[in-house]
Amino acid sequence: MKYGMEIAVAALIVIFAAVFLFQDAAIQATLGDGEEAWGGADGEAAGLIEASGYEPWIEPFWEPPSGEIESLLFALQAAIGAVIIGYIFGYWRGNRKAA
Amino acid sequence: MHIMEGFLPSPWWEIWILISLPFVAIGLYQLNKLVRERRETLPLLAVAGAFVFVLSSLKIPSFNGSCSHPTGTGLGGILFGPCIAAVLGLIVLVFQAIFLAHGGITTLGANVFSMGIAGPAVAYLVYKAGTRAGANTYATVFIAAALADLVTYVVTAVQLALAFPGTVGFLGAFTAFAAIFAVTQVPLAIIEGAIIMLVFKYIVQLKPEILTRLNLLSESTVQKLREAAV
Repeated sequence: MKYGMEIAVAALIVIFAAVFLFQDAAIQATLGDGEEAWGGADGEAAGLIEASGYEPWIEPFWEPPSGEIESLLFALQAAIGAVIIGYIFGYWRGNRKAA
Repeated sequence: MHIMEGFLPSPWWEIWILISLPFVAIGLYQLNKLVRERRETLPLLAVAGAFVFVLSSLKIPSFNGSCSHPTGTGLGGILFGPCIAAVLGLIVLVFQAIFLAHGGITTLGANVFSMGIAGPAVAYLVYKAGTRAGANTYATVFIAAALADLVTYVVTAVQLALAFPGTVGFLGAFTAFAAIFAVTQVPLAIIEGAIIMLVFKYIVQLKPEILTRLNLLSESTVQKLREAAV
């Protein structure tokens, strides 16, 4: 089995990370005190809408009380998915080896 | 691409729910049929759903100083079509709306349409056109998944511009929202395409018979791909 595609994808991710670090350095240099870069695009769009004077007509009935709890739930979401993918690919691989 | 709770005024949130509803209904019907007649495809269905879980939870920094997330629904669209992908997208969006206050219940229709229907439909059509034209399978999957990701965000920009044309009109508003969503998304779409292409390769290697049974690849193409083993 050759790994051409794996290497290409890994290289792509490394390039992506390198550009990010480069870009981050440039952005950090222009930031004032208390400003934070790398916010979510969803929130930016919401900000743009609110700037026009619009008020959301309904609030979420529950919000994660802190950033930590939010990242806990996001990690949980990713973990659920990763376990299922790993289980099934492992199952298929075992099947092929046994056959 | 999540439109936050309360950020779509009436009648837009009702309209998008009405538009998404038939796709989800057909998707549920197709799922039922799949479970009854082709039980062997269930693990693949689980992988497609799990992929949406993983990819849509990863908020990745883009090049312009903001973060966004891939959608992962392109894989489900390629494998099972946009209706079943709509059901998979709906499950993830409900999870995020309830537990994370990410997206919302009233905006569910709009979010399902962009992430679960429009994106996967593009992936499905690109994949079908590519395989019919005899293009390289992996390249086709890459382009299909990357475009699905990008289209999802363009559709979100359209949805917001329709609801908030403001004083600049639809086109002006679309440009403003697309600048936030679509530009951020370009590098992420490329990454998503690459990852889904990789997963597709593993499916070809481990379980090609499911792909032939779903009429996604012919026996001869599978043979060729496995021998080439890139």
